[in-house]
Amino acid sequence: MDEPPLKPHDMGGLPAGGIDPAEKEHVLWEKRVDAMMMLLQHPSRALLTTDELRKNIEALGPEAYSKMSYYERWISAIAATLLERGIVTSEELGRGIEAVMAREAGLP
Amino acid sequence: MMGEAAGARFAAGESVTVRRMRPQGHIRTPRYVMGLTGKICHVVGAFPNPEELAYGRNGSPKKMLYRVQFQQAGLWPDYAGNPADTLEIELYEHWLMPAAVKEES
Repeated sequence: MDEPPLKPHDMGGLPAGGIDPAEKEHVLWEKRVDAMMMLLQHPSRALLTTDELRKNIEALGPEAYSKMSYYERWISAIAATLLERGIVTSEELGRGIEAVMAREAGLP
Repeated sequence: MMGEAAGARFAAGESVTVRRMRPQGHIRTPRYVMGLTGKICHVVGAFPNPEELAYGRNGSPKKMLYRVQFQQAGLWPDYAGNPADTLEIELYEHWLMPAAVKEES
């Protein structure tokens, strides 16, 4: 029998090098992603479950999974879940990102 | 605990083998325990099925969750620690079958 295919997140037992024990200071956008996750999951809203987040992180594919940082994976999976649930539309998401990019570039 | 564990297929102390399934979708069983045999050490209770919750459904019917103990030396071929070391992991009932029974194909 063939081995089950290895998904990129299923890394238990694989060589992974050393662990950097240094405390990591989270930047503001990472804290905002964390806060957004808490607000979406809160029972008063119940707009997202941990399991949907995990499923969408696992669906990123091996390349994105290894390249993206922890909170980059979170925000991608949050966006995917909210699209699936119809809470945001692609247009709203696209316009939001467009506005942020314009702001960053110093455009009006 | 009685209520939570009502309807459990396995009891503490029983040996179980983890199924080697490779479905699409979100699963909570890591590959490193698949096909291996451990011992139930605790019947945790029934919980909404995360494999269903992952798709925005309500997770019913609930699935019984067990804490299963494995010998570390049986998990890792080059394990250099104490031979008595164990690992405990929580696994859902549909991933478990009685030990020494071949998986239905």
